[in-house]
Amino acid sequence: MPRPFPPVMTAIAADAPPNRIGQPLLPYWLLSPAVIVTLVIVFFPMAEAVILSFHDYLLWKPSSFAFVGLKNFLAALNDDVFWISFWHTFIWIGLTVPAQLLLGLVTALLLNRKFPWRGLARALIIVPWALPSVITALMWRWIYDANSGVLNDVLMRLDLLQASFPWLADPDTALYAIVLTLTWQGFPFFAVMILAGLQAIPRSYYEAAAIDGAGAWQQFRYVTLPGIAGVLVTAALLRLIWVANSIDVIFVMTGGGPGYATYTLPLYAFIEARTSLDFGYGSALAVIFTLILGVVILLYLRRVGRELAV
Amino acid sequence: MTETPSLPRRLITTDLPIAVIIAFALGPYVWMFLTSVTAEATLAAEGVSVAPVEWVIDNYLRLFGRTTFLVNLGHSFIVASGTVLLGLLVAVTAAYAFSRFRFPGRRLLMLQFLVINMFPVVLLILPLFVLMRRLGLLDTHAALIIANATIAIPFSVWMLTSYMNAIPESLDEAAMTDGCSRLGALWRIVLPLCWPGIVATGIYIFITAWNEYLYALTLGGQNVRTMTVALQTLIGEYQIEWGLLTAGGVVGALPVTVLFLIVQRRLISGLTAGSVKG
Repeated sequence: MPRPFPPVMTAIAADAPPNRIGQPLLPYWLLSPAVIVTLVIVFFPMAEAVILSFHDYLLWKPSSFAFVGLKNFLAALNDDVFWISFWHTFIWIGLTVPAQLLLGLVTALLLNRKFPWRGLARALIIVPWALPSVITALMWRWIYDANSGVLNDVLMRLDLLQASFPWLADPDTALYAIVLTLTWQGFPFFAVMILAGLQAIPRSYYEAAAIDGAGAWQQFRYVTLPGIAGVLVTAALLRLIWVANSIDVIFVMTGGGPGYATYTLPLYAFIEARTSLDFGYGSALAVIFTLILGVVILLYLRRVGRELAV
Repeated sequence: MTETPSLPRRLITTDLPIAVIIAFALGPYVWMFLTSVTAEATLAAEGVSVAPVEWVIDNYLRLFGRTTFLVNLGHSFIVASGTVLLGLLVAVTAAYAFSRFRFPGRRLLMLQFLVINMFPVVLLILPLFVLMRRLGLLDTHAALIIANATIAIPFSVWMLTSYMNAIPESLDEAAMTDGCSRLGALWRIVLPLCWPGIVATGIYIFITAWNEYLYALTLGGQNVRTMTVALQTLIGEYQIEWGLLTAGGVVGALPVTVLFLIVQRRLISGLTAGSVKG
């Protein structure tokens, strides 16, 4: 399942009266457990990751912890696998997020219409979201299976395929097969977010547009789209961050293979640390990836920050 | 969009496409279930049994009889429950501070909790491994609870803040006029009122921790092997026993799917409420 996402921003805008005089420190006391715990388990480790990235640190040679400056980072720039993973990361995000968004948009538009089983449909559509990523990955591996997978079976019965095809074992299709899986996993999130946006558009806007002679397409173009533009951008940024972060599905489905066909940057960092036990280089890869992702995170925070300013 | 379309038209333009999308969303689930009730021999020879008369529970019997899956489910339960406790415990007072006070640094601290949720797992997983090894916590429940809390705490802080904001401040003040302290107001007034929100948040944390895989794989081991890691080990050495594996998938997914369906309405209203203003 995708990581939980922060409830977006009602939290902040609400007006609360200023503090009572005499207890100016109380909010800090109340916050201290959460802040201290996150400092210890998140921020210190992160700082340590950055420190690790400047060192030679092989887990099976703990005595040799030598400062090497930018060596790990320079090594990455000269590493073919790094660049393969780098480009895959872009292809993978560039396909997955728009696919999730489009399918989510269509689903939300349909769910926003009136039909008798709307409540049931709404509940069913988000089920994929609760599924553990490992199960998602294994389930799709079974669907894609070269020998007895249902995908090959269906395609062959429809005469779209002559012989069964090893979707995940072929370097040309593996990445796209995973993109389809991630699309399946993530589109309900968009559908739910966009649906909430759609329901916030006042009905009178559509009535006014209809009186002005706007057809269905024009209503969509000039009423619906502007109405949900904010939600679309927020959801896409959030989703981009999570898709970029999620390596469990790929790890279970292909482990990066065949060859390096499904390597992405975070996956490469993880595998480098896990199998080569090279924590120095692995950390450097993770830091590079975080810096790239940091641009998107900043864009998102700026959106949130505007509302936080209250 | 204002007039009601005729029934046949509605069926074609609304019901049918929705049904197709739901089939796409649920198809893999159904397929997993069908595979799990097909005998291993049938699976190899004829494929998945669609007809209920052919269904067998062999795979489930093997799953519980010959593997340690039940124990693994227990570990998952301990880790997930521990994460819920730790997450909610430290988040409740923090959320109350964010909801009821305006103080210097508030914005920065709130953003800090937001940012944590977005940092790549890979960046945390390596140093956490080093940290746990140093503390001798590798392969314990504590290690996994702590790792899961990195996600659970910031999430709970945000969720609970938004739930507490929905409770009028005047109630706290009335309680304090009647002699309650600040914390008394939190304990006696705010907590009981936002109980449903706390339950929804707790369940969501539980689901996330239950589903977590990478930390469990890296920080767990022989002693503490959660359901998600155990599923991977069900894959045979020479060939994958899909019947057994899908039975494990069904059992592993069942609790969280049920929990999710129970709280989804409340959770989603909490999650999306503010985003609409975008």
